[in-house]
Amino acid sequence: MSTLVFLEHHDGEIQKGALGVLAKAAQLGDASGVVVGSGVRSLTEQAGKYGASNLFVADDAALDAPLPQPRVDVLASLVRDHGFDTVLFAASVLAADVAAGLAARLDAGLNWDLADLTEQDGRLVGKRPALGDSVVVDVGWGDGPKLALFRSGTFDPVETGRSAQVVDATVQLEEHSKAATMIEQAHAESEGPNLEEADVIVAGGRGLGGPENFTLVEQLAKALGGAVGATRAVVDAGWYPYSTQIGQTGKTVAPKLYVACGISGAIQHKVGMQSSGTIVAINKDPNAPIFEFADFGVVGDIHQIVPKLTELVRERRG
Amino acid sequence: MTRPADYQPPFSVDEAVGPPTDAPNERIDVGVLIVGAGPAGLACAIRLGQLLEEAPEVRGRLGEVPVAVLEKGKQPGSHLLSGAVVNPRGLRRLFRGRKQLEELPLLGPVEGESVYFLTAGSAFRIPTPPTMKNEGNYVASLSQLGRWLASQAEEGGSMILPETAATKLLVEHGRVVGVRTGDKGRGRAGEPLPNFEPGSDLVARVTVLAEGTQGHLTGAAIERFGLAGDNPQVWALGVKEIWRVAKPLHRVIHTMGWPLRGGARYREFGGSFIYPMGEEHVAIGMVVGLDYRDAELSVHDVLQELKTHKIVREILAGGERVEWGAKTIPEGGFLALPKQLHAPGLLFCGDGVGMVNVPALKGIHYAIESGRLAAETAFEALQRGRTAATPGALESYDRAVRDSYIWRDLEQVRNMRPAFSRGFWVGGALAGMMTATRGKLPPFTFRTERDADVELIVTDRARHYPAPDGKLTFDKLSSVFLSGNKTRDDQPDHIRIQRKVPNELAELWVRMCPAHVYEVGGADGEGTVEVEVNPSNCVQCGAITAKGGRLTPPEGGSGPEYQRT
Amino acid sequence: MKIAVCVKQVPEGTKRIDRATMRLDRSGEGALNAFDAHAVEEALRVKDAAGGGEIVLVSMGPAKAADALRKALAMGADRSVLVTDDAAAGADLVGTSRVLAAVLEREQADLVLFGQQAADADGAVLWSAVAERLRTPVISQVAELTVADGKARGKRQTEFGYDVIEAPLPAVVAVSDAINEPRYPSLKGIMGAKSKPQETLTLADLGVEAGAKTEVLALSDPPPRGDTTKIEDDGNAAAQIVEFLAEKRLL
Repeated sequence: MSTLVFLEHHDGEIQKGALGVLAKAAQLGDASGVVVGSGVRSLTEQAGKYGASNLFVADDAALDAPLPQPRVDVLASLVRDHGFDTVLFAASVLAADVAAGLAARLDAGLNWDLADLTEQDGRLVGKRPALGDSVVVDVGWGDGPKLALFRSGTFDPVETGRSAQVVDATVQLEEHSKAATMIEQAHAESEGPNLEEADVIVAGGRGLGGPENFTLVEQLAKALGGAVGATRAVVDAGWYPYSTQIGQTGKTVAPKLYVACGISGAIQHKVGMQSSGTIVAINKDPNAPIFEFADFGVVGDIHQIVPKLTELVRERRG
Repeated sequence: MTRPADYQPPFSVDEAVGPPTDAPNERIDVGVLIVGAGPAGLACAIRLGQLLEEAPEVRGRLGEVPVAVLEKGKQPGSHLLSGAVVNPRGLRRLFRGRKQLEELPLLGPVEGESVYFLTAGSAFRIPTPPTMKNEGNYVASLSQLGRWLASQAEEGGSMILPETAATKLLVEHGRVVGVRTGDKGRGRAGEPLPNFEPGSDLVARVTVLAEGTQGHLTGAAIERFGLAGDNPQVWALGVKEIWRVAKPLHRVIHTMGWPLRGGARYREFGGSFIYPMGEEHVAIGMVVGLDYRDAELSVHDVLQELKTHKIVREILAGGERVEWGAKTIPEGGFLALPKQLHAPGLLFCGDGVGMVNVPALKGIHYAIESGRLAAETAFEALQRGRTAATPGALESYDRAVRDSYIWRDLEQVRNMRPAFSRGFWVGGALAGMMTATRGKLPPFTFRTERDADVELIVTDRARHYPAPDGKLTFDKLSSVFLSGNKTRDDQPDHIRIQRKVPNELAELWVRMCPAHVYEVGGADGEGTVEVEVNPSNCVQCGAITAKGGRLTPPEGGSGPEYQRT
Repeated sequence: MKIAVCVKQVPEGTKRIDRATMRLDRSGEGALNAFDAHAVEEALRVKDAAGGGEIVLVSMGPAKAADALRKALAMGADRSVLVTDDAAAGADLVGTSRVLAAVLEREQADLVLFGQQAADADGAVLWSAVAERLRTPVISQVAELTVADGKARGKRQTEFGYDVIEAPLPAVVAVSDAINEPRYPSLKGIMGAKSKPQETLTLADLGVEAGAKTEVLALSDPPPRGDTTKIEDDGNAAAQIVEFLAEKRLL
């Protein structure tokens, strides 16, 4: 198996998720990485430690903006020239577009939303949790290159101590790949992370006791650098705006950390957040269904625990 | 003593009945307007399609849309729920010479049947009461049958308009001229949201109300035109689950007795049904008359309790619950039918006016037959030189219904349901006498009181409900989830109740509602509590209307999205 | 301005995988993918802003998907093209993008719109494959779209903040559900939708094959959610949570 891993970067850092995928690929066989951009040669140092044999660098002013189509061109020629049978991506807005464009270019199979990759009887098998993670689908690939997008944070980047050989990749862009232009890039808005994109969500439910106690949730969210969510019951009660509602008739979220404060965990809420990486629940009712699927559950009083937690998190994060 | 009827929310019939408000050139014109895409409304549409096909000159005069059917659910069938064992009589007649029963999406003929009287630990097989015999009948999913009927109606030229609630009956100069449809895109406080879409006045030459149980406009029309029958309408609440099962069931089962209590003071009239739906699925449901007294009675939880019985557990062993739903059933029967089944410009069909035979547990074929007869009357009224508005123009519908098996059947069993308000044993004896004498005995007619007039008691009933285990027994919220309900949360509250009521009434609503719509809020220390409402959980079963509140239609497209119920 | 909107019918109600075919059970009722309603709405707005044009819905699916298309027609789209073919039932990204691209080649729209994702497959990738096949630029996740002077300009959110991307027409744009609030079809719109042209094509009509390069091998139950810990607060719970988070490297 020879694998190419797309190493997405931002602000001079290669994304951890991509390095995790690279480390995983190196475990399964010969792995290479590719960094695409302008002035990105120095990034290969960061990537070298994760088990890649080769690190391809496509460094060109035309590749400066993180647009997908020029990247499709770069990856397609690498696959053709070097005969990679597998191309892996850590999911992101950019990576998904690159992966799907590449799939069409190469007429190759793409499986997405994978939570694991294994080799079974010499065959590559992807694991895709589906239908709100109620079932795991084993997926495979037909003939031709195998493409896959992994859920963010699926694999930990494990350093191997090996160092990779840096290889220049040729850059030849298709006409249509040059058509789109970036006018403004990665302009962060001031109001904190958006609920659907946030890595951390602190959500409040009826157990808070009243709208005034939402400040506890807000403060904890701020301390953790996260966004605030709410259950339908409290939105219904007018404690918090509808735009923050998580669940069946609200938003579906999958942050790395979900802290549920005073949330019972009814299925209507669960379907909106069950794909979260780690779930911490604080609720005074020991029989609340949320404890059935929380990774860490605390039976106790929110009004006592949350302010203390906020303080400890603040101390810890400086 | 608390009676729900003493806490009715304010409601004026003028809210549901009034003149058109759109400018005449803005109104949408249709030939015949049918409200409700259930068996009655769709049978009416299908029959009209058949008649109009043979009368192109009539059809030509009805404009672009000769027949329109309004449906408040997401799709036809989304709000249909029944047992169901269907007497095929109505369907055969409707499709005579056009379709064979084999072409319909029925789930097979009834192969065998058993009736049990249950106690907590045992099951006694009892002879099937004559009224309940199901030989020659078919098991069906009414939701699926409804969708198929809708496709037939569309093929016949009807226009089905789903996600459209009829919120107002349009009456002008004493006659019904159509309905107004509900607004869409209003916020919690009723304010128009950016995508606000106002309702429309739909005007028609004949309007047919086939709204089913607890019809919003049917009730208002009966009041507006003074058509209330001898007895008030009463209802039962049915809660039903569909299970995928490990081994097929080959008979229909009914149970009486446990978990319901036989004592007269509880007035728990009802029973369960367990029907095979093909080889893989089983429907199981519990039906309880809403004249029950105990504030702690919860039909949903009684159904959960029933499933823990040995004989039920065996049927469901190794299976998985795949769907859930709830709906009321009108049980007033013959004595609660309106005085007449028409008003100027208007016809009533099916469950909306209570065409249900309680001892036989049947109503679908009456709905279909009444829809078919309504179509024939409407068609007559559309002939050149006639209008539906002339007083008496629609009288032939009443005559046709009186001459039909609907009338004969319902009259024969007229006293059976009221008898059971005297408790299971007395009721059972009376019912036996009635059946044996084909309704001649007892020689008097029972009166019934409204469900909301019944005084409440509180026992410790809830203590016996099994704790949900998520495998065999379930809580209400996870059940609502399986109804497919995805109602938009930030729409106006469509449930009318008084928000400050005695504790036991609040308790009644909390327990009664199978969809977890009501919760008890703060108490004032004097026996009165606040009732909190989660309207978007509502599956529009209609129980609240029977017990002191009022269900009004939410935004079209809200509510459950039943698939197989 | 000619706008094509790619839409999909998805199963209504609770989703379920058929263990025998290992595909999503599509035997129940279908509905218009809710995310696609945002694309239809945006098409209507772009058409209005352009002072006119045509909106064509393009879809692939079972014959009954025509009903879902009708809902989008009721919102105001002008006509629909549905590719329906038994041979297309198992098509994956490669196959579906090939078929849609074939229809879009015929249509030659100035702008091709997609919704954010399919509610059934949770896929959010199709547009990029289609754009590649059409050899047109693509902008995804667009939360604000302006189309003027032969260009599409989209503001969108990524993991890092907002981008603004511009592309000359013809272009493929995938919109996020934050872009607008889809209108409700008016009753007149619903009634008028019935008489709008709904074309149905087979793969043979288009001269393409669908096909798949991915497959479902097996279904299994998800692994239990790792070790779950449940503690009673003894005054120390906050510290224990912090410890747990630190262990998981979540701080």
